[in-house]
Amino acid sequence: MKVNTIEILNLNDKQLVELSRKSVLSLSLVEMKEVQKYFRNIKRNPTDVELETIAQTWSEHCKHKTLTGNIEYTEEKGGKKKVTKYKNLLKETIFNATMKLNKDWCISVFKDNAGVIDFDKTNGVAFKVETHNHPSALEPYGGSATGIGGVIRDILGVGLGAKPLANTDVFCFGLPDTKASEVPEGMHHPKRIAKGVVSGVRDYGNRMGIPTVNGGVFFDKGYMANPLVYCGTMGIIPKNKSEKEVKPGDLVLVVGGRTGRDGIHGATFSSVELDKESDVSAVQIGNPIVEKKVLDTMLKARDLNLYRAVTDCGAGGLSSAAGELGEKTGLVIDLQTVPLKYKGLAPWEIWISEAQERMVFAVPPKNKNKILNLFKKENVEATFIGKFTNDGKLLLKYGKEIVADMEMSFLHGGVPKPTRKAVWKQKQIKKQSPIKVSSKTLQEDIKKVLADINVCSRDWIIRQYDHEVQGQTVVKPLQGSSIENSGPQDAAVIWPYTVVKGTKKGVVLSNGINPEYGKVDTYKMTASSIEEAMRNAVCVGANPEKISLLDNFCWGNPNKPEILGSLVRAAQAAYDLSLGYSVPFISGKDSLYNEYTIDGKTYSIPPAFLVSSMSVIEDVNKTVTMDLKNAGNSIYLIGVTKNELGASVYSKIKNFKNGIVPDLDVNISKKTMKTIFNAINDGLLESCHDCSEGGVITAISEMAFAGDKGVSINADAIKTSEKMTIAETLFSESNTRFLVEVSPENVAKFEKLFKGVSVSKIGEVSDDKFLKLESKKSKISVKENIKNLQKAWQKTLQW
Amino acid sequence: MKKIKVIIIRTAGTNCDYELKSAFELCGATVDRVHINELISSKSKILSYDILAVPGGFSYGDDIASGKILSNEIKYKLGDNVKKFALSGKPIIGICNGFQILVKMGLLPKPENFEQISTLSYNDSNKFECRWVHLKTEKKVNDRTLCLWTRELPDVISLPVAHGEGKFVADKKILDEIEKNNQVVFRYCDKNGKDTVYPQDPNGSLNAIAGICNKKGNVFGLMPHPERYIYALQHPSREGYDGVYGWGKKIFQNAIDYLK
Repeated sequence: MKVNTIEILNLNDKQLVELSRKSVLSLSLVEMKEVQKYFRNIKRNPTDVELETIAQTWSEHCKHKTLTGNIEYTEEKGGKKKVTKYKNLLKETIFNATMKLNKDWCISVFKDNAGVIDFDKTNGVAFKVETHNHPSALEPYGGSATGIGGVIRDILGVGLGAKPLANTDVFCFGLPDTKASEVPEGMHHPKRIAKGVVSGVRDYGNRMGIPTVNGGVFFDKGYMANPLVYCGTMGIIPKNKSEKEVKPGDLVLVVGGRTGRDGIHGATFSSVELDKESDVSAVQIGNPIVEKKVLDTMLKARDLNLYRAVTDCGAGGLSSAAGELGEKTGLVIDLQTVPLKYKGLAPWEIWISEAQERMVFAVPPKNKNKILNLFKKENVEATFIGKFTNDGKLLLKYGKEIVADMEMSFLHGGVPKPTRKAVWKQKQIKKQSPIKVSSKTLQEDIKKVLADINVCSRDWIIRQYDHEVQGQTVVKPLQGSSIENSGPQDAAVIWPYTVVKGTKKGVVLSNGINPEYGKVDTYKMTASSIEEAMRNAVCVGANPEKISLLDNFCWGNPNKPEILGSLVRAAQAAYDLSLGYSVPFISGKDSLYNEYTIDGKTYSIPPAFLVSSMSVIEDVNKTVTMDLKNAGNSIYLIGVTKNELGASVYSKIKNFKNGIVPDLDVNISKKTMKTIFNAINDGLLESCHDCSEGGVITAISEMAFAGDKGVSINADAIKTSEKMTIAETLFSESNTRFLVEVSPENVAKFEKLFKGVSVSKIGEVSDDKFLKLESKKSKISVKENIKNLQKAWQKTLQW
Repeated sequence: MKKIKVIIIRTAGTNCDYELKSAFELCGATVDRVHINELISSKSKILSYDILAVPGGFSYGDDIASGKILSNEIKYKLGDNVKKFALSGKPIIGICNGFQILVKMGLLPKPENFEQISTLSYNDSNKFECRWVHLKTEKKVNDRTLCLWTRELPDVISLPVAHGEGKFVADKKILDEIEKNNQVVFRYCDKNGKDTVYPQDPNGSLNAIAGICNKKGNVFGLMPHPERYIYALQHPSREGYDGVYGWGKKIFQNAIDYLK
């Protein structure tokens, strides 16, 4: 196999940039010059293997250069300018908050393939959420399938390997009713992308036997060319298996799928904008059954202590997997011994291919045969390809020939830190002019909001996923009083009784995302998303002081100061809220350059900050669902409703130009959520649901048709911060609001417990199947059959 | 008291083996999850067990057709040991992919012949369906079910389904015979036990068949997942019996009590 030497020593700046572009290295001029300097020092040109290795290792995708780089941030408020300098945005914000909080129940944060926290004395639970945006844009089915396949391997590759218990998925798509003529050249139609992505997650997740239990979908024209695909996996791991350590002399074992030409340059191409030339061969090809076999066998090898370290082959393939494991020691590998799908791969292709379902292990020589036999018994391919050394070098051979010989220190430490400018200018926001509605329009508006593409039922997606496999999903993504009725459950609860015999504990998974708010202010978006994720968890019984969070930034091109500015705002919000709530971020991921260029015109996505939450609860029997339970029970609204219709679903439907985006008071929020936790813990709540998109009237409608019960609501009893019209009151999306159902015998205890928290009784559960809404103040009277509300909610997304 | 030994056959793509193991263990059995390769290397091992269970999942990715490859491995590589097991009257259960496997190797509906005479095909909705459904327990043989697995169940129970190929299909002649022999164990129905339509009937099976057994009543196959409902906590509205248990547990308990 031929290895090429690449001329770099004598290239000028222009030629360096050209070389980076034409071989999809995605390296900047500064970086190319650093590479040139290194090879000038050792007085030779690099081989293609070496150059590709550097490109993978230094890629935005692998190194997160922007969030860990230098940023000069200028904030402009009311004519005043304030400049803040970051040496490492991530370390100084999100990571810093986690360090300051220093929770004793955090086992492993921001260092491994996933974050790990305490489950019980002997076990931890690990959670990771990945993005697979660029591949899903080019090849929706394969992109999302390998997205979920990849994040499952993150869980297999955390510590010495965790057992996956649940998957989550959150998508952002373009509008499904987009005219074909409006779809940019070279892109798929949003509806095709949506269908492909859902099928990909379904076929991979279902075949892996991991339930997909929580997620969300957000539709906006801004994601037409750049869909966002977030895939998450949660797993359980014995605490004494949560660390890995490579020792010199350990053997490098590659296990699972064979290496092919699929996924070449995946890491580097996802570190630049897409255009119509973007190469589909960068997308990997998945095979879930191969990964399932690896899962079945490697956990056995783990429990027999047959290896010392493991990680997954993700972005950058072997180059990053083996590279990471050998970073501290050094590494020698013979690329000729790597099993291939077919002949004809050049050494550099073997080394960086992102072919799927591959894990890399560090195996002590004495266990060589034991571990091979274990894999062989269940037809899993396992091959020794090299050895960890102690010379700190990356030495790659192809048979006898040496094809790469570099210092690990240069490879992992040599990337120059970029310095970027970021700016943010405060916008002047006005309230919308007061909204007058009649009972008749209000009745129609309620159904319009329920039917909105960003509110309506996701059952078409959810029911294609096996969300009950493993038998541990005790709070399900759709909940209802009987099999016939269902509503959107705020969070899922996994009860890992098959793994931890006799346990009562459970794991709560939830998420929060709302890019609509980010169009106005990414700080408020991030704050609201964090609270939404926490509200969702608290609704089922999670302790707000024991919640752990994951951050996922999906942004545009960070070289544009306004875009980077909005990202800095989000990071600051995450820092403030993490400290404010005293809840740590335990892991995260960023995906930048979500842009699409055509005819010189660039489409950038609306910034999206996904917050995923994981928390452990003491007793799954105490968990509460969102569906109304019994006639005669009282319905209370907890929290104050403010005039905050900015970027709301209602103002989108009504085309309001103005409106205040929901604000957040952490101290009130903290106290409120803690009290709800206590109420659920004391068994005082029959049902609980948070108010988010669509406001209080949407939430109460969902609770009613999910429980197949009627409700009578007195709108005048809803506490507002100022004089507000009925439409503003019902559709405002103010934070820190919950609807709870309390049975007569608990009313006294409940009201006592909630002293000092804003709460008002707004209605009652009834046996007739009607939503009855009254407001004497606004002379409003609405009566609607809950079946019609459920129909409105269910009809929109039925493909 | 005799310890009942259960074997769960698994292979690449088997998924529901751990919850199935838990279900049998909850009823007091000892359970081995055995890979098909191990069985092939010692063919008669299987006969040392009291109960045989084939779990759900996507054996070999359901390539060719759901369950086809594993059913052939069991049928042609284990000799006639599985047939022996069935005819000896020992309990056998196949759930979801396991049902597909029993049907495709011909162990259902007629183990005597051990030939495939029926199949499970794509859902009428043409997509994977995960939801809880109501099931009518057939009790035609002097008010009891023929099937040893489903004794003393309520007339209607609910269980979750999760499959893309669950539509039971057979020629009229065979279908009539199955009905005549009262081999239909479960039918999809509404909450009152009456006939129903999609989505409560998730796949459009002929005669709304969700599960069948052989004439003897010891070999049982069904698409729904009883192993996912051994605790009341697993039910959408947490219904069950004796406070804590789900009706799925009764099904496994029946097989174990039968052997005691």
